[in-house]
Amino acid sequence: MLLFDKKKTSALKHFIILQFKFYLELFLTLHFQKMTTINSIDKTIIDIQKVRAQFPILSRRVNGKLLIYFDNGATAQKPIQVIDAIVYYYINQNANIHRGVHTLSQEITVAYEHARVTIQKHLNAEHAHEIIFTKGTTDSINLVAHSFGKKYITKGDEIIISEMEHHSNILPWQQLCEEKGAILKVIPINDSGELLMDEYEKLLSSKTKIVSVTHISNVLGTINPVKEIIALAHAKNIPVLIDGAQAVPHTKADVQELDADFYCFSAHKLFGPTGVGILYGKEKYLNEMPPYQVGGGTIKTVTFAKTEYADLPLKFEAGTPHIAGGMGLAAAINYVNEIGLDAIAAYEHELLVYATSALNKINGVKIIGEAANKASVISFVVEGLHPFDLGTILDQLGIAVRTGHHCTQPLMQRFGIQGTVRVSFAFYNTKEEIDEFIIGLERAIKMLS
Amino acid sequence: MSIEEIEQEIIEEFEIFDDWMGKYEFLIDMGKSLPMIEEKYKTDDKLIKGCQSRVWMHSELKDGKVIFTADSDAIITKGMVALMVRVLSNHTPDEIINAKLEFVDKIGLTQHLSPTRSNGLVSMIKQMKMDALAYKVK
Repeated sequence: MLLFDKKKTSALKHFIILQFKFYLELFLTLHFQKMTTINSIDKTIIDIQKVRAQFPILSRRVNGKLLIYFDNGATAQKPIQVIDAIVYYYINQNANIHRGVHTLSQEITVAYEHARVTIQKHLNAEHAHEIIFTKGTTDSINLVAHSFGKKYITKGDEIIISEMEHHSNILPWQQLCEEKGAILKVIPINDSGELLMDEYEKLLSSKTKIVSVTHISNVLGTINPVKEIIALAHAKNIPVLIDGAQAVPHTKADVQELDADFYCFSAHKLFGPTGVGILYGKEKYLNEMPPYQVGGGTIKTVTFAKTEYADLPLKFEAGTPHIAGGMGLAAAINYVNEIGLDAIAAYEHELLVYATSALNKINGVKIIGEAANKASVISFVVEGLHPFDLGTILDQLGIAVRTGHHCTQPLMQRFGIQGTVRVSFAFYNTKEEIDEFIIGLERAIKMLS
Repeated sequence: MSIEEIEQEIIEEFEIFDDWMGKYEFLIDMGKSLPMIEEKYKTDDKLIKGCQSRVWMHSELKDGKVIFTADSDAIITKGMVALMVRVLSNHTPDEIINAKLEFVDKIGLTQHLSPTRSNGLVSMIKQMKMDALAYKVK
C-alpha cells in the first residue's frame, strides 16, 4: 500500500512536472508570438509622446495656451535631430564645399554629397547627380520652366497644368508661355476636388511639351493619380513634372516607380530647414537643359570667349549652396524614415477621418475638397463667416490654422469662394488637439455669429 | 471732439475688458454698427489692397471735412474699420494726415499692425491718409 502510494506519488509528481513543462512551453510560445506581434505592430504605430518630445516648439505657449499647430501644410515643425544637425554643421563642419583642399572643406564636401545620396535613396532616383539642390519647390519649378523652356518650348506649343495648382506651379509656366507664345492648358476638376482624367487625356496632344501637376493639393488634400498622369503623357512622349511639396511629408515618392521626369519638394515642409529644396530630374533631360543661373561652381573652364559648364549636378548649382540646409534636410529624411512613412500615413489618415467627421457635425461647416483619396489636409468654410475672423479667434486660443486663398486663387474661383480655413496635420498632432480645435471653432462661430 | 479725444474715449472703452475675448466681442459689435458704404461704392477701385479680408473705403469732402464710409466682408476687420472711421471721419485733411493713432497700441490690437497679419489695418490707415492728402492738395 505504502509502496503503491509512493509509486502513485511519484507518478503524480512526474505528471505534474510534465504538465508544468507543457504549460511553460505553451506560455513561452504564446508569449513569444505575442512579443513578435507587438514588435511588428511597433513598426506601424507612432509613439506619440516620444515623437512630440522631439519637437521643442510643441511645448511653447501661444497667447497663454499650449500651442496647437495645424499649419503643417505651410511649414512643418523641426525635430531636435534636424536642429542638432544644423548646429553641428556650424560648430564643427563649417567650410565651403567643392573648393578647398583643406581638411574641413573636404570633410563637409563628403558630408554634403552624402546628404545628396540620402535624398537620392529616399526618392529612389537612379543617380545621385539627378538630385539638384535648390532653394525650394518654387525655385525648382522656376528652374525647369526657365531651362527646359529655353531648350524645348517654341511658339504654339502647349503646357498642361491643373486647376488645383499652387501659384508656384502656375506663374513660371504662365510667364514662359507669354515669353514664347506658348499656350497654357488647364486640367479641370470636379466638385469633390478630383482631376477630370478624361479631360486631361483630351488635352494631351502633339503640341503638348510638358505636363506639370501637383502630387497632393495644398488646399483640397487630394492625392492625384500621378502615376497614371505620367503614363498617359509618356504614351505621347511628353515629360511630366510633379510638384511634391505637399506629398513628401505624407507619402513615399519613388521617382522610378512613378517614372516622373521631374519631381520637386521643399525641405521645410518635410521637417527640415527653410531655404533648401530639391529638384529631381531625369539625367537625359538635365544633361540637355542649359544652366538656369550661372556663376561660381557651375563651370569647367572659363575664358572671356567661352565657358564650358560642369557636369551634373553642379551645372545647376551656382554659387555657395545652403550647406547647413542640406545637412538639415538629410537629418530630416533620416528622422522620417526612422518613424516610417507607412506609419505616418496610417496615423495621419486616422487624424483626417477623425477631424473630418467632427467638422461635419458642426452646423454650417462645409468641407472644400472631398476626394476619395486624401492626405491629412482639410479646407473648410463656415456659412456666413469669413475665414479671417475664424483664424483670428482660433489664434487667440493658441490654435494655428491657415486662412485665405492659400496661393491658389484660380482654385478659389473654381469653388466661388474668397478663401478657406485650412487645417493640415502632421504625425505629431493628436486627436486631443483636434478635440480642442473643434471646441475652439464652435466658440469662434458663436462669437462671430 | 478732436482725434486725440476720440482716441482717449476708445482707450477708456477698451479698458473695461481685461481679457481678449471681451475686447474681440466689443470689436465685433462695433463692426456690426459700422455705417455701411453705399452699395454703388463697393467696387474694385474702392477695394483696399493688402487685405486678406476685403475692405471697401469711400471718402468725400463736406464743408472742409473728410467723411469716410467703409465696409468689410470679415467682421473683425469691419470692427477695426469702424474704429478707424470713428477716429478719422469728420475731420479736416490736415488733422487726418497728422493723426498719430496711438490708441491702436494702447487697446492691445498692435498685433494687427504686423504685416504678417495681412488684414490690411496698415493699408487702411495709409489709404485714409492718402485720401486726406488728395483733398488737401486739390
